[in-house]
Amino acid sequence: MHMADALLAPAVAATMYAASAVTVGASVRTLKKDEATEKLPTMAVTSALVFAGQMINYTIPGTGSSGHLCGGMLLTALLGPQAGFLSMTVILAIQALFFADGGLLALGANCWNMAFYGCFVGYYLLWRPIMTGKLFGRLGMRTKIILASVLGCVITLQLGAFSVVLETSASGITELPFGAFVGVMQPIHLAIGLVEGLITSAVLVFVYEARPELLMDVSAQAGRGRCSLKTTLVILAVVVAIVGGGLSLFASSNPDGLEWSMFGNSEAGYSENMGLDEEDYGVSSGAAEVAGSIQEKTAFLPDYGFAGSDSVVGTSVSGLLGSAIVAAVVAVICMGGGFFRRKKAGAKA
Amino acid sequence: MDQITRAHVELREMDALAAEDSPVHRLHPLCKLLVTVFYIAAVVSFPKYDFSALAVMVLYPVLLFQAAGIPVGLCFYRLRIVLPLVCAVGLVNPFLDHTPLLRLGGLTVTGGWVSMVTLMMKGVFSLMASFLLIATTPMDSICAALRKLHVPGILVTLLLLTYRYIGVLMEQVAVMTDAYRLRAPGQKGLHISAWGSFLGQLLLRSMDRAEELYGSMQLRGFRGEYHYARLDGLKWKDWVFGAVCLGLFAAARWVNIPALLGSLFVR
Repeated sequence: MHMADALLAPAVAATMYAASAVTVGASVRTLKKDEATEKLPTMAVTSALVFAGQMINYTIPGTGSSGHLCGGMLLTALLGPQAGFLSMTVILAIQALFFADGGLLALGANCWNMAFYGCFVGYYLLWRPIMTGKLFGRLGMRTKIILASVLGCVITLQLGAFSVVLETSASGITELPFGAFVGVMQPIHLAIGLVEGLITSAVLVFVYEARPELLMDVSAQAGRGRCSLKTTLVILAVVVAIVGGGLSLFASSNPDGLEWSMFGNSEAGYSENMGLDEEDYGVSSGAAEVAGSIQEKTAFLPDYGFAGSDSVVGTSVSGLLGSAIVAAVVAVICMGGGFFRRKKAGAKA
Repeated sequence: MDQITRAHVELREMDALAAEDSPVHRLHPLCKLLVTVFYIAAVVSFPKYDFSALAVMVLYPVLLFQAAGIPVGLCFYRLRIVLPLVCAVGLVNPFLDHTPLLRLGGLTVTGGWVSMVTLMMKGVFSLMASFLLIATTPMDSICAALRKLHVPGILVTLLLLTYRYIGVLMEQVAVMTDAYRLRAPGQKGLHISAWGSFLGQLLLRSMDRAEELYGSMQLRGFRGEYHYARLDGLKWKDWVFGAVCLGLFAAARWVNIPALLGSLFVR
């Protein structure tokens, strides 16, 4: 779900950076100074653990494929939403910088899509209500943990996937209609969310059994009753049916009106703005006249008929040829650099 | 080598690269960070059909890779993570966008193909630029630069500590996965019976470790702010580098240099 730099327009990236920066600021402010200092090593070790833990493959029984851990929900259950958000931000930054997973410019968007939903929405909307709410009071603690993690992962992943679609569409990157893109992304992430939720809940239940005081909003004494797998599965099935049904309704409802109003007109005036008229392309200056006379002598390709060349000058044959020249220059630079490096290495040896 | 071990090796390789010395390594980290961000923003801002104008942007990473003495090929291994997503989004364009843009002999190139190529170029270029930044700047320096940009101290210290601990924990996870695999041959991943205990065990141990770590940090006088290696101010060469780069990016963004170059030969 990591957005790449190439999928974002600068304006969208900047907006998402601003949104994430505000959340970082609010989180830092909320974590009181002493608390933050005390928590810092725990936060660092936990985020490093989540980073490493996300590389473990968990076999999904009966399918032969494997799933991964959901970082946001695990961190928010262990550290709370603010500290969890900061830890997740750091994980995303390291992934972007060192593993090319995501990107420097897309970091703000990724923080929002994964850390914000995973930590804040996951905690305030799901984890805390389920752990402390009266509505779930009669359930055993393990059931609550499983319910909160699975629901948390499914819902936060759905929100994240929807944001990815919104951001990509708003950036004007893909030709895929908004409705179709949503229709592809949401169901895939529904399945991923379910698996990630189950894996996360397995880890959290283990922590609960060994050291319940490590989890947020969990009292060791309350609801020690045995977890009934049957109850959990029934509740999960009902919830999944509701969520799935709701989403499929949403996905199939005709999105054309919204789509047209949001994105249909974005290309209007594009060619007028970007297109330069080939005929009077800077010929008025003296330098251009000199260039023109050089061109007379150097041109080795006859006139070509291009379709639409007056609307998009960037893709004319001269553009293609220029790109090829750039590519040749790059090759020469690389070969030259390699030659000098070898020479240097030889001199050292 | 499994995924975790490879990631660990990659991380150490980057550290080794960043510790080398070259004119690019010696530039101020703040300057490199800002130029990289501007470069990526400029690359991403090119219109979707403008692949020829975009082509010239490749010169920045390629030239700096050479100046830093790092082979360009090194970063392409990382493309395996970025490209699938970019491709997945870009690959539908040729099927949906049939605007004819260019006729080469009997072949008509549609807008979809052009926008797909442009998108991939954007993906590759921005990856090259961020790889260059990280391969020539140690993590400590990047953190110090972030601090200069007034990023909150907690976040920067957390970034640095997490980075330090990732190596330790990846090593442990790799050892545990190896041990598990040796005891469960022919199994692709973690069996469902070990889903909770595998990472849970490590988590409990790590939490204890974090407490000990905090204790030892306090004994050494830690009061919430990590003290970075002192960063000198920007020198004149940093200013020159930054100004030249930004100027060239702006020029490449507004003038289609390859098309001008090509028009010397084509009429």
